[in-house]
Amino acid sequence: MEMANMGAAIGAGLAIIGAGIGIGILAFAALQGIARQPEAIKDIRANMLIAAALIEGLAFLALIICLLGILK
Amino acid sequence: MIVDSLEHHILDHARFHLNIFGYNMSITDHLIFITAMSILMLIAFPIIARLKHWKINSLIEVMVLFVRDDIVIASMGKEGEKYTPYFCTLFFMILTTSLVGMIPFSKTVTGNLSVTGGLALTTFLLVNFMGIKEQGLIKYIKSFVPAGAPPLLAPLMFVLEIIGLFTKTIALAIRLFANMIAGHIVVICFISLIFIFTQMNLISGLITIPPSVGMSLFVNLLEILIIFIQAYIFTFLTAIFTSMAIHEH
Repeated sequence: MEMANMGAAIGAGLAIIGAGIGIGILAFAALQGIARQPEAIKDIRANMLIAAALIEGLAFLALIICLLGILK
Repeated sequence: MIVDSLEHHILDHARFHLNIFGYNMSITDHLIFITAMSILMLIAFPIIARLKHWKINSLIEVMVLFVRDDIVIASMGKEGEKYTPYFCTLFFMILTTSLVGMIPFSKTVTGNLSVTGGLALTTFLLVNFMGIKEQGLIKYIKSFVPAGAPPLLAPLMFVLEIIGLFTKTIALAIRLFANMIAGHIVVICFISLIFIFTQMNLISGLITIPPSVGMSLFVNLLEILIIFIQAYIFTFLTAIFTSMAIHEH
């Protein structure tokens, strides 16, 4: 049981690292795009949200698996 | 203790136990709340749509126009406009069933994998139905393989597209479910910090109260923002998948 908890915690941390890098790159590109073309802010924001949701979905998939490891 | 309060707050609990033909058909909290929200929407929306001079009318109208212009027409083009009612239903269903969870003593209906799975299943059915209706069955199956694909790779791409069809649906369900449940777990963890520190000693418990209450308030407000974003994203992704199915690519 202890090992399962530790594995879930480490797995959650690793999943967050990946998602953090992904969202960071996304925000970097989106902010740069907005800074260069302020008039395109509406399109960029909508597309940024969609891409962020796709990345976040993967991170949550990993977190659910970690949660299942603890709660079973 | 945290696991107990998590289970009590987040999981579904049966109010009346029902057993029909060996199947567990109990009346649960989530069932009560989703029925209540559906009845509320069924009664409220036709009334709001017909009363022209209410202030709430313009509030709902803004959201409906947003769904039509920024989600349906933006992703499916002008011919997609006739499917706006379905996407409005999806949007407001997710919005109301998630927002009801922010009221104290209520349950987040979308924090249940069965509910989000059902919503994603409607997307899956819609995508396939629209693809077959707009393109015809043979052309729809042919459109799984892009036109310029090398013949050797074609079977592999066909299998991958079929897997992708199911993965998209499962990812939709898990994304909504996890987003809704994650905010509630974080709030409970912040509140539980107070009890953990109080067990160590009283002073550290008292010191922990302001930051943990403040952080849980912040996460609660963030959760409201996330509910709107998730309703938007679920509807938008459904619209994108549908437009991918009805246009050959």
